[in-house]
Amino acid sequence: MSDRSALAKELSLFGTPARRLRLALAFAVLLVLPFLATPFQLDLLNQVLLASISALALMLLTGFAGLISLGTAGLLAAGAFTVGVLFREIAAPFWVTLPAAAAVGAALGLIFGLPSLRLRGLYLAISTLGLHFVVVYLGGEYEARQTLSTGIMVDSPSIGGFTVSSGRAWYFVLLAFAALALLISVNLRRTRTGRAWRALRERDVVAAALGINVTRFKLLAFVISAAMTATAGALFAYFRNFVSIDAFSLYLTVQYVAMIIIGGMGSLAGAILGAGFVVLFPYAIEAAAGYLPARFGNMVFALDYAAFGVVMILFLLLEPEGLLGLWHRLKNSLAARQSGAKSTTAPQ
Amino acid sequence: MSLQLLANVIVLAAIYALVGSGYVLIYRVSRVLNLAHGELMMVGAYLLVALAGLFPLNPPLALALAATCGLLMGIAVYAVLMRWMTGEAVLAAVLITIALGILLRGLTILIWTTQQFYPGASFGWRNPPVHLARGVQISSASAALVCLTAVVYLGLLVFLRFTRWGVRMRAAGQNPLLAEQRGIRLHGVYALAWGLSTFTAALAGMLLSLDAGVDLNMATIGLKAFPAALVGGLDSLPGAALGALIVAAAEIAAIQYVDPLLSDVVPFIVLLVILAIRPWGLFGSREQLDRV
Repeated sequence: MSDRSALAKELSLFGTPARRLRLALAFAVLLVLPFLATPFQLDLLNQVLLASISALALMLLTGFAGLISLGTAGLLAAGAFTVGVLFREIAAPFWVTLPAAAAVGAALGLIFGLPSLRLRGLYLAISTLGLHFVVVYLGGEYEARQTLSTGIMVDSPSIGGFTVSSGRAWYFVLLAFAALALLISVNLRRTRTGRAWRALRERDVVAAALGINVTRFKLLAFVISAAMTATAGALFAYFRNFVSIDAFSLYLTVQYVAMIIIGGMGSLAGAILGAGFVVLFPYAIEAAAGYLPARFGNMVFALDYAAFGVVMILFLLLEPEGLLGLWHRLKNSLAARQSGAKSTTAPQ
Repeated sequence: MSLQLLANVIVLAAIYALVGSGYVLIYRVSRVLNLAHGELMMVGAYLLVALAGLFPLNPPLALALAATCGLLMGIAVYAVLMRWMTGEAVLAAVLITIALGILLRGLTILIWTTQQFYPGASFGWRNPPVHLARGVQISSASAALVCLTAVVYLGLLVFLRFTRWGVRMRAAGQNPLLAEQRGIRLHGVYALAWGLSTFTAALAGMLLSLDAGVDLNMATIGLKAFPAALVGGLDSLPGAALGALIVAAAEIAAIQYVDPLLSDVVPFIVLLVILAIRPWGLFGSREQLDRV
């Protein structure tokens, strides 16, 4: 657990003058981390890294471009099933399935994005919700047709003759993909595309008046975000060696939406923080359930559900800025107390 | 389509219409989409399970108490949670309802586990089939549900059109600022909308549980009623009834003639079609819609 808070600390220091040094330090810590962590901690880290990719993708779409989507689970399922189907039908290798998953994601992103040209806000969220059910139906239909009641098994991928199956190997693969996702996001944010998205988010009519091609940039946001999400879904299939449509419920979508809210809307560091929080939350609940009466002990998943609902409600009601907002507020109040202490002691 | 299929369509449409009216009530009055509606309906059914255990010899009392609890539950949800979301972004309010749904699911499992309950069995009621014309039959609970849906819709239409509180609700939905300046207490109106919405949802949940028992899947039925409400137009009660009929017919036809697995997806396909061609629904008011 201490590893994550170290990661969180590194990330929250973005934007200070010594930024480059800190980045190098963070990088060094991230490289050393898998050699210090236990296998269990390593698995948690891997889950956080994997979740970060889709959380970043959703942050691009909702936090930057202001387009609301409830389609994350559907897109993850599309990526995972692309891998599952290609692996099962033609035993396709990693370097075929992954681009294929990204391409399927991009195509679906285009479809998910089309309603955004006519609808916004709530109605857009609803249309992506509808598409979620369509994708999940198609996956279930494939499973039923193949009489795969248990799902599809997928072998570990091999990259350059090296099979990625150990937790440590996965750590470096997932770290590379998460870093790539972060790099793409940072670059998109600071270039023309990011500025266009920001204008769209504030008011799309004004954006259009400023000469921004609204159609193009809205669809671009959906396509990029969906391709990233589907890639994460493909990695998920390999990581778990298993694809089943049951894993991609609406609850998964809610978890990703919760990540970007709990982390801090509109911030990339927030997406990663939120991913860490939501992924680690059930484990914290499980640990806490050990202290509760036995009656609750064997219903950990229900406890997890209820507690997650409460936490989400609390964040939405009390701290809509998320963990980052909490952090800034804490920092400000500490600074205020310090300066307050100074000003009270100064006259004496 | 055989007569039996027609009867099935009408029963399913009645379920969707009764549940869908709750989405419409809240959306029409406060522009909030309540995605915890399915869970609230499920909790209504579980309340009946609990009360049937307490009063096995007095079914009317158990039913009345459970329905009252449903009403109070909606008011409580508004007073404790949704009240604080007034004036916040619409999305935040929707997310709160999603979180509430997750919380209710967790609490339901903690209290009642995941097993299926049959409150009808506690009353010793067998739910005998009702024979309609030419060998067509539906269960008694289904027949009661169809009748109840008709009564609830009639009641709501009369309430909204002719009573003082109904007019207040419509006024708050049309223009909250003007309504408040005329002395209408918005919090009261919104709380009433939530109470009525959960009341109808609890009624639907109770009758469904008398028919086929209750487990966590009931929340999914509640979510499938949402496309019905949207197809008709989210702020129109007659629209919700018609939408329910369309969605139910499409669903039963798909199950019967294409693939039973389609059951969960057909309502959402209908929803996507409507969103593509007429996003404000068949009877919805066009100018209110959050469109580009």
